[in-house]
Amino acid sequence: MSSLLKNSELTSEKADSIVSETLNNCDDGELYIEDTKSETIVLDDNKIKSSNYTSDLGYGFRAVTGDTVAYSHSNEISEKSLKNSSENLKSTLKNNSGTYNSEIKKTNQKLYKDVDPIESKSMKSKIELLNNMNEYARSKDSSVKQVTASLLAEKKNVEIIRSGGELLSDNRPLVRINMSVMVEKNGRKETGVFGIGGRQDYDEYLKNDNWKKVCDEAFRIASTNIESKPSLAGEMKVVLGPGWPAILIHEAVGHGLEGDFNRKKTSAFHDLVGKKVASDGVTIIDDGTLDNRRGSLNIDDEGTPTERTVLIENGILKNFMQDRLNARLMNTKSTGNGRRESYKHVVMPRMRNTIMLGGSSTQEEMIKSVDKGIFAVSFGGGQVDITSGKFVFNCTEAYEIINGKIGSPIKGATLIGDGPSSLKEILMIGNDMMLDPGIGTCGKAGQGVPVGVGQPSLLINNMTVGGTQL
Amino acid sequence: MIKDQQYLKKIADICLSKSKKLGSTDANILVQSSVSENVNVRNKKLDGSERSENLGVVLTTYLGKKKSSIASSNLKESNLDELVNRCIETMKITPEDEYNSLPDKDLHFKGLKDLDLYDETHLSNEDKINYIKEAEEEAFSNDKIINTNGSGFGENKSNFLLANSNGFADGYKTSQFTAYCEVVSKSNGSMERDYEYTSKRFYSDILKPKQLGSIAAEHAVKKLNPQKIKSEKISLIFDKRISKNFLSIFASAISSSAIAKGTTFLKDKLNQQVFNPEINIQDHGNIRKANGSRYFDSEGIAVVNLDLIKNGILQDYLIDTYNGKKINRKSNGRASGTTNLYFQNGSKTFEDLIKSENKILYIKETIGHGTNIINGDYSVGASGMMIENGEFSYPVSEITIAGNLNNIFKNITLADDLEFNYATNSPTMMVEGMVVGGK
Repeated sequence: MSSLLKNSELTSEKADSIVSETLNNCDDGELYIEDTKSETIVLDDNKIKSSNYTSDLGYGFRAVTGDTVAYSHSNEISEKSLKNSSENLKSTLKNNSGTYNSEIKKTNQKLYKDVDPIESKSMKSKIELLNNMNEYARSKDSSVKQVTASLLAEKKNVEIIRSGGELLSDNRPLVRINMSVMVEKNGRKETGVFGIGGRQDYDEYLKNDNWKKVCDEAFRIASTNIESKPSLAGEMKVVLGPGWPAILIHEAVGHGLEGDFNRKKTSAFHDLVGKKVASDGVTIIDDGTLDNRRGSLNIDDEGTPTERTVLIENGILKNFMQDRLNARLMNTKSTGNGRRESYKHVVMPRMRNTIMLGGSSTQEEMIKSVDKGIFAVSFGGGQVDITSGKFVFNCTEAYEIINGKIGSPIKGATLIGDGPSSLKEILMIGNDMMLDPGIGTCGKAGQGVPVGVGQPSLLINNMTVGGTQL
Repeated sequence: MIKDQQYLKKIADICLSKSKKLGSTDANILVQSSVSENVNVRNKKLDGSERSENLGVVLTTYLGKKKSSIASSNLKESNLDELVNRCIETMKITPEDEYNSLPDKDLHFKGLKDLDLYDETHLSNEDKINYIKEAEEEAFSNDKIINTNGSGFGENKSNFLLANSNGFADGYKTSQFTAYCEVVSKSNGSMERDYEYTSKRFYSDILKPKQLGSIAAEHAVKKLNPQKIKSEKISLIFDKRISKNFLSIFASAISSSAIAKGTTFLKDKLNQQVFNPEINIQDHGNIRKANGSRYFDSEGIAVVNLDLIKNGILQDYLIDTYNGKKINRKSNGRASGTTNLYFQNGSKTFEDLIKSENKILYIKETIGHGTNIINGDYSVGASGMMIENGEFSYPVSEITIAGNLNNIFKNITLADDLEFNYATNSPTMMVEGMVVGGK
């Protein structure tokens, strides 16, 4: 019995019968129902600027035959509305006919508790926390001129009803604590941003005055950048720090290993399974099963249990990330990577927690080995062109390396590279694998989903660094 | 079907009266209804169809200087009750903010709605599929096009009502027809993708399918077998689809929120030279049928035309009620951002620009998010074409371009080829002496 339909005009029985009747001649499909509550509280310029609470309930009805997908979604949950959607799906697929694949793996996986992070902390204490963060950050130094802090919490309950009446469900909490500090000194302005989060209650992330560490880190980055000098432009060696810089792995190879681009043969990796695509020792996984992590899910948005998928093992390309549609068309199984932003969006293969495993080198060794290069500790956004394989990143904290030593911080550096070739340029893999602090959102085709990344320190032989100094 | 004004008004009235009953002194509500239908094809074959129906409310309640907001797509009365209650309870414990208030009544929009922003044309899915198939067929007639990333056609209709407890209640329907074609070219082991995109309020104004397909194919083929160039200081010409991005950056740097907080490199630059004296930037909300046109902003304030830059001098900011109070200025109807923002045409032709130096890099695409509004630093990945002696010679990729916007803005020369294809539009733009990072 569906619990999300409990208070609606649409009964579970009626929903089951419309779903089964609609998907009868299709290869796949489901009714996805989602009830999301979210709350965002922002402190900006010394004031609680906004407190927004959103409650969204809706369904997305999907029918798939061959490689054609028909999708209809609405936030009107009624028999009439679902029947309209059904007619719409049938009319798209009227010339196709398939056989419904009812096979779907079962799981008792519980990677996070069924908590509601919005309700488990009072509004009063959330406002107090933001005020404390603001005061603490401003008290750190007189150079702090602006502070923005925000709290985001979400509870997303999803149900998937498949043809035949099978019901799969997952209740997903998610929180994020963000801090942005602007410092001004000698007429220069720079910002530092830091945040933490995952699939637990706020208080789990606030133990031991952890919020102070969030403020400290944002302030430290801003203060480092205020002393930075313009970046050199040109090709050089790059040492990446552990943790968050793994968004480079996410962009440079992760997207190119998503099933849809490979089924469509538009990824630079589509014909490279079994081939060497990275240096020896490079192993990259996409893991949806890490406890409480931002990118983890008990089941994906098609109902498939998530798993730990090995993408590249010791330099050899092993697997792509699959949803059910692309897996079927490529004669393989879904890896539990079928995700969507909400009921308003179609499912696509998406990453979960994408991680490069550790090696044996130390960060010190890497820096010592570089005559001229940069040490990138943190990145802002990244982007990739899947087809050509070119990707970019903007460093938010980076230093020059001269003769084996870390030098001045540098500002505004962009790194640009070629996904398939940069993996082969990895010279050393660190023994300091670290996961990111839990703030990543990946965008693809207009849909944003929470993801995680992780990696050890890495030495990359040759990347193009963008800057203003020749 | 999108809901009519009467239906939207009913929901708005329910929420406004509930919030008043529960003790709010003021309230503002937006009720929106939209229906969009999209079809996608890939390799000339139907890939998918999508129909979305959305209905939702956003309510903000005030208690003196205290404020809180809720949003929901679940409009059942029992749910609305619960949400309004929650909004009021949260509002009561939220600290006061002296700048919180409804907008100035005198600035409410009261005029005629005569801009033609709604085209009731409805295309059947069949017609949509035929349009976009024809575009892909045209693209595939170029023999270097071997694949598509997918192409699509979308039709969106929406209606909304904005109301507040000061008596404002108005809304209107808008439509948008959008088509894109994204193709993959291949030659000598090089694989590239590129696209063309068209989006207009009226179906009759979008590109014809054959144009869409052939432009996309031409873009993708021109990118094949790119070279990487040496790091150097060189003049750049930005294609129109990129040059407009500098206007968007400019707009975020003069938003009253950034100005009030001091988080922009254009703070304290009012009445000063920001661009060179040949540059004029306007934001006009009242252009008939245009993508960015609107009668009023998200607070109900009438949109007035703004000359933001005149002879290179910054004349105005983009102001909403809240941030306007912070900087002691009245709202100019920009709570929802810019409307139709554009550079006025320059005096040079496109030919003049590409022939103005022996060696110029033409930028067709940028990637990454390397703009820092706070200090004006700009650094992004790019690809394009090398121009030698006035002729396009070879494609270039995997490079970065960098500079500071204070300097970039003062070194802009514009061509005279402005077109109103988007909400934000720019002619082709040349910027002297930026640093390219390459080999």
